[in-house]
Amino acid sequence: MDIKAQLSMILNLDKCIGCHTCTVTCKNMWTNRKGAEYMWWNNVETKPGTGFPKKWEDQDKYKGGWDVTSDGLRLRLGGKFGMLAKIFYNPDQPKMENYYEPWTYEYEHLIDAAESKTQPTARAISQVTGKHMEIKSGPNWDDDLGGSDKYASADPNLSEEEQRLMMEFESVFMFHLPRLCNHCSNPACVASCPSGAIYKREDDGVVLIDQEKCKSWRYCVSACPYKKVYYNWNTSKSEKCIFCYPRIENGQPTICSQSCAGKIRSIGVLLVDMDRFAEVMTVADADLMEAYESCILDPNDKDVIRQAKKAGINDEWLKAASKSPAYAYIKELGLALPLHPEYRTFPSVFYVPPLSPVTAGAEAHAGLPDSDMMKIPLTLLAKLFSAGNTEPVREIQNKLTDVRKYMREKRFGGDGAEKVLKDSAFSEEQIEKAYHLITQASLNERMVIPLSSHAESKDPYKRQGEVGFGVRGKKSWRQ
Amino acid sequence: MKTIKKPEWFQLIESNKERNWEELYRNRWQHDKIVRSTHGVNCTGSCSWNVYVKDGLVTGEIQATDYPQIGGDIPRLEPRGCARGASFSWYLYNPMRVKYPYIRGILLDLWENAKKKNSDPVAAWASIVENKNNRNAYVKSRGKGGFRRADREVVNEIIAASNIYTIKKYGPDRIIGFSPIPAMSQVSYAAGSRYLNLIGGVVMSFYDWYCDLPSASPQVWGEQTDVCESADWYNSGYTVVMGSNVSVTRTPDAHYLKESKHGGTKVVVLSPDFSTVSNTADLWVPVKKGEDGAFWMAVNHVILSEFYHKRKIPYFEEYARKFTDLPCLVVLEKDSTGFRGGKFLRASDVAESASEERAEWKTAVLDEKSGEIMFPKGSMGYRWAEKSTDKQKWRLEHICGVTGREFSPALSMLEGGERVHVSFDVFYGDKSTRKAVLREVPVKEVMINGEKRYAATVFDLLNGQLGVGRGLGGDYPESYKDTESYTPAWQEGITGVKAETVIQVAKEFAGNAEKTNGKSMIIIGAGVNHWFHSDLMYRSAIMGLLLTGSVGVNGGGLAHYVGQEKVAMISSWASIAMAADWQKPPRLQNTPSFWYMHSDQWRYEKSVFEYFDVPDKTKFQESHNADFSAKAVRLGWLPFYPSFRENPLTLAMRKDPVQSLVAKLKSGEMNFAVEEPDRTENHPRVWFIWRANALSSSAKGHEYFMKHVLGASNGLEAREVKKDLRTVSDKEPAPEGKIDLVVDINFRMDTSAMYSDIILPAATWYEKDDLNTTDMHSFVHPLQKAVPPLWESASDWDTFKGIAEKFSDLSALHFDGPVKDLVSVPLMHDTPDEVTQTSVKDWKYGETEPVPGKTMPKFVITERDYGMIYEKFVALGPNAGKQLGAHGVSWDSSEEYSELMSINGKITAAGEDCPSIKEASQAVNAILHMAPEGNGKVAERSFKALGANTGIDFSPLTKGSEKNNMSMEDIVIQPRRIHTSPCWSGIIDKGRPYAPYTINTEFGLPWRTMTGRQHFYLDHEWYQMAGEALPVYKENLAEDSLNETEEIDETAKGLKLNYHTPHGKWHIHSTYYDNLRMLTLSRGGQVIWLNNKDAEGHGIEDNDWVEVNNLNGTVVCRTVVSVRIPRGVCYIYHATERTINVPLSERTKERGGNHNSLTRVRLKPLAMVGGYGQFSYYFNYWGPIGVNRDTYVFVKKLNKVEF
Repeated sequence: MDIKAQLSMILNLDKCIGCHTCTVTCKNMWTNRKGAEYMWWNNVETKPGTGFPKKWEDQDKYKGGWDVTSDGLRLRLGGKFGMLAKIFYNPDQPKMENYYEPWTYEYEHLIDAAESKTQPTARAISQVTGKHMEIKSGPNWDDDLGGSDKYASADPNLSEEEQRLMMEFESVFMFHLPRLCNHCSNPACVASCPSGAIYKREDDGVVLIDQEKCKSWRYCVSACPYKKVYYNWNTSKSEKCIFCYPRIENGQPTICSQSCAGKIRSIGVLLVDMDRFAEVMTVADADLMEAYESCILDPNDKDVIRQAKKAGINDEWLKAASKSPAYAYIKELGLALPLHPEYRTFPSVFYVPPLSPVTAGAEAHAGLPDSDMMKIPLTLLAKLFSAGNTEPVREIQNKLTDVRKYMREKRFGGDGAEKVLKDSAFSEEQIEKAYHLITQASLNERMVIPLSSHAESKDPYKRQGEVGFGVRGKKSWRQ
Repeated sequence: MKTIKKPEWFQLIESNKERNWEELYRNRWQHDKIVRSTHGVNCTGSCSWNVYVKDGLVTGEIQATDYPQIGGDIPRLEPRGCARGASFSWYLYNPMRVKYPYIRGILLDLWENAKKKNSDPVAAWASIVENKNNRNAYVKSRGKGGFRRADREVVNEIIAASNIYTIKKYGPDRIIGFSPIPAMSQVSYAAGSRYLNLIGGVVMSFYDWYCDLPSASPQVWGEQTDVCESADWYNSGYTVVMGSNVSVTRTPDAHYLKESKHGGTKVVVLSPDFSTVSNTADLWVPVKKGEDGAFWMAVNHVILSEFYHKRKIPYFEEYARKFTDLPCLVVLEKDSTGFRGGKFLRASDVAESASEERAEWKTAVLDEKSGEIMFPKGSMGYRWAEKSTDKQKWRLEHICGVTGREFSPALSMLEGGERVHVSFDVFYGDKSTRKAVLREVPVKEVMINGEKRYAATVFDLLNGQLGVGRGLGGDYPESYKDTESYTPAWQEGITGVKAETVIQVAKEFAGNAEKTNGKSMIIIGAGVNHWFHSDLMYRSAIMGLLLTGSVGVNGGGLAHYVGQEKVAMISSWASIAMAADWQKPPRLQNTPSFWYMHSDQWRYEKSVFEYFDVPDKTKFQESHNADFSAKAVRLGWLPFYPSFRENPLTLAMRKDPVQSLVAKLKSGEMNFAVEEPDRTENHPRVWFIWRANALSSSAKGHEYFMKHVLGASNGLEAREVKKDLRTVSDKEPAPEGKIDLVVDINFRMDTSAMYSDIILPAATWYEKDDLNTTDMHSFVHPLQKAVPPLWESASDWDTFKGIAEKFSDLSALHFDGPVKDLVSVPLMHDTPDEVTQTSVKDWKYGETEPVPGKTMPKFVITERDYGMIYEKFVALGPNAGKQLGAHGVSWDSSEEYSELMSINGKITAAGEDCPSIKEASQAVNAILHMAPEGNGKVAERSFKALGANTGIDFSPLTKGSEKNNMSMEDIVIQPRRIHTSPCWSGIIDKGRPYAPYTINTEFGLPWRTMTGRQHFYLDHEWYQMAGEALPVYKENLAEDSLNETEEIDETAKGLKLNYHTPHGKWHIHSTYYDNLRMLTLSRGGQVIWLNNKDAEGHGIEDNDWVEVNNLNGTVVCRTVVSVRIPRGVCYIYHATERTINVPLSERTKERGGNHNSLTRVRLKPLAMVGGYGQFSYYFNYWGPIGVNRDTYVFVKKLNKVEF
């Protein structure tokens, strides 16, 4: 057993309202600068849809993630040898057209325009060429489109039947999918970096690209199946979501989590067994979810605690792990699944799949609807969250429905709570816990983030007076 | 399973040295300070934000998460805020930030020349505007660039000169100002309105103009709007959302809807498109656009059948008897076929009670035990009691105010009553074969003026109206399957919603209310409110709530969310904003009537009955909306400024000014300006715009504004039509460019700035101190300066102070001391004016005598000392230290006034010692300290005052809050929750969210309506004449009746669609629309949403450039094609700008327009009536609303894109 502490995020898609606040607050803080214009460390996609960059899930095209071979896992991108051969030409990397050409407008013209024949207008100009441009795509182009034969129809997840449903007004469906770096336990980006510039932090599992070491090979951009690594053309370094480590280290949630107006996000510590990950990497798709969950350890198990202490995880972290909302969602309640587990990077970000309105055929249903009446095809959700296995998704939808039915009886004058319990996969305790986490939990309960001090590993006595002066470069005060 | 070794690529780095680079991102996450502020206009979200400042730069913002909790099981509020708010910091430093004062270059040249010839600035201004060439030179160049940076001193001088010139030449009521929804930055709003009210200018309404005012709210409740805070959604057991896309438009609140679902609430969404909130529902009902009313008529049919007839629900019946007008008696009028509902039976109708004080305003019920007629306490006649014996009877009790006897009001006379046939009008189906239906209704015989008449209860009439037969004879439908009105099967043909769906929703909606004592809720918004017959649609839905006892209950009721707002501290704020601390009355204008006339939209339409369907239009004396508007002014129902062609300062100087004016009006020697709107003397002259995009987002009929108000290039293709006018003159040719000067105070170069003459740089919301409240939550929090006003910008408070100072200085040279001003004021709600006109009698037609304050407006003479404007501006005047109040409640305010002098410091103004409000933060203190919502001591005192009027003990409501008050400093530390107040109708307590009318239901306080109860029945004679006394279904306006598409030429025609402007995801109106962050996350410019099949049929693809037009104007934009949009409709999300990447129109060769280029207003005359109970004027409360959803457009591919 090799226990590590891993920060994990849960996104409850049933609460997501698709508002993009997470995207904007992240943008303001981290990528509002030259070279990062097109970077959206956090973005929100409408499903069905092709996302950002377009069709990122199409691994036949982009070759991200891992393949199972007879020798175990292998980067789809190819082995080190193959990669070296392509070192100056990487055909699998997304191009600007797969992202979009970032633009701005001739804003100042609105003020400066000389008297003219017609009203001045601020025309769009490219942030790449500085010239007038036609806007043909953007980072969120298919927002709220739902059925569209130009965009959503290219969603690689859709079956023929789902394509048909999507294109009829009565059966149109959609939901929102916020995405960020998954801070995977088996990160393809780390494996692909020829410079060894990408690493997973020992203490919290956050995956970072060392901005001093990065040599702009950009293999990480290709290798990441989620396309969450971006190349900064100004600094010639690759960059990605840093899980707001400057905030996290101080016990504050990531910006995207704190600003989430739907309150869909939770952050907590998971205690994971790295040895176990190595063991289960190649199981069949259908067993993947179960195997995956078996790598996550019970933080209140005495044996686990003892071993974790041995592995150097301190009390602050263990205490946080014992109250972890992530553990509650994933293991105790079994409500959360990773995105595309079949990529086998083992994400640390998990999603509660959404419920949806009933289909047109079930309009006149009585009471709260059951999961089999809902519009979003189960097969689509299964493709996204459980490698095509519909069982785990259906089970979660049933549990969520049970919580609703039980609470309706309790809160609005019914006497059927017992009956709901009898038929549910959930115990009363689990229902109450799920209800609490989803509706009642305070920010501090949703975000259980241990403090980091670095007191042991650095020279705090010296640093106390120096911290903050540091700037990068040789002439810095920092030695 | 094959196991592999842990891969070697697993770099787990702990080493310090290796990770030193991590400091890079840590250094970005640094700030010198965090400042609490928010976003101060337009959005009712009212979210507290932390603004990060580093090196004197605002680097970003994130929501504050430190609200005090409501408590109980109410989910946490925070983080409140959305993507739009999060992008605000972009506005501070972007390249179109208005950094300096700007003026149209031509105008500056004219001014400099004029100043060389005239040392007096007022004379200089006269030389420009009185010379046709000079005036045309700058007027015609509006909107075409050519701005020049100017000195603030110079532009302030121009502004002051234009104001003084206008006051002297025409009168102060030609100076107007527009700024919307004050609640979000209350002091900034008050800055302009205070200045205008001090000089006698006109403050323009917004809530009605935006079409956000639900007319049904005053009709049913006598209330502008009162809704629950969003936290109360959580308490609902069954929520129907209609016309409101809360995920997009109430983003920070939407989590409550989601959380309520997880707490067991069933959510039903009625929406013609599969919107984001439809996606949130258990059940999405794709009701046909604008047919929500038909759906609800059928729901109510089912509720009456199932819950009042087949079964009886004690809770429902008890509620109906006590809190609604259902038991009230209506006198029936005989007509050719049978009877029809007439007016309420009143004390004045019955011999024994005819001599009662205000007997015409005391309505009646029948005691079910004795069979006798009773006059319940609480009706409006008791509200305005003068005799001591009638006082303290304004309360809801089953006690007769005349006899003092207790009674039990009968809902129905079905048992044992007589029956007569009553005719009910029908407004659907083929017009030529339509006829009213005749249905039996139980009645009671009454003697009125010695004559035998019949009276029925509202409840029995309602059953007749809704077609619930209960075994009665006549044209009643036989079952739910019958397609007679208003069955589930009937609605299916109109709404497209299956009958069984309606039945299920109705049973569950009412069944839930039965189980929970009224925890059924409707969330409603612009999708319904923007239709011409929105009041009928709303009343149909409200009916469902009233029948199920769901109003005045936490978790129940109507939650109307469209641009609604809540200046929580309304009493103290209004005193400052309307300058009532110095003088009354203010000139407050209902904007829809104003611009309908002044932007000459009236000249382009024929009789209103072309599209307004009534049983017999000949019963109305007027047929054109211009005549209706004029009548409303003439009879004192609505305001209109300017009032007369003569200067009100001149009028006021006459001997016996009021009598002589009335005599001239009577003889016809003088007309109201509204009767001759296009005379040169009657034009509005100077227009201040602040916190607003008045020429774009707000300008329904944008191109009419461009042409007639501004005189700018425009895309208007409509032609004037021949009209049959009775009192309004269209003899003058329609003027172009009426306004002399448009002053815009702005931080961004929006469409309004583009077309203004002077732009003053405004401080952004992170650069000033102010106060923010909303009705979406019950907390108060501030705006604060995170950085100083950047470049040469200034806060609105300081900007208007500067103008006031210049104005005062210049006035000293032009006025010898104080002058008198004659102000016309309509009959006002919440005053005894509301019990003046028992019937409509027009003195102009000789039907009655013109009596100010009774049959016509009041004319009040007030004094203005123009040299003192600045002194008064910066001091809270002595009136604020006497009485403060709102909504008809007032209390002694002297104690807080003197306390405020020590809090804010003293200042001397007009010879009086006053609390200083020179700085915005001092004005915030004044607002907080003097109002019940901010000061518990005032809450206690004000409730005592209300108790004295009603005899009700309200003391439980203020217990524990007496010692709590708040100041600017307090709310900077943490948002604070307001106190329960008699100025509002809801109770606020620990664990209890604000829900409206809970004071009414729990303490027996009457609603401010005719009966004191919630109204199903509106007995004003015009409502009867229109067939709208009871809620009724009327079809939406026929496209061919609107003069918008039928005469458009063939070359412009394309795909014809109904045109909607729902609220968008990437902007709050036009704010954030031009923000690069939002433009990048959306489609980068103006787009029109189309259904895929509609688009395909016309060869239109996604992202194509198209031209969209009708006779009102032209838009050039791109398409978004999606299956989730229903066929036959297109959306341009409100609101766009014509400033961002808009090509030229192929058709007009002018720059393409914005969303409002395709609209114009259609006024509903019924919303103009006045002097009659809750149908009495108040600012933003009553008057026609700016509906524009019945419009049609053509969409056609653009051949060539040219900029």
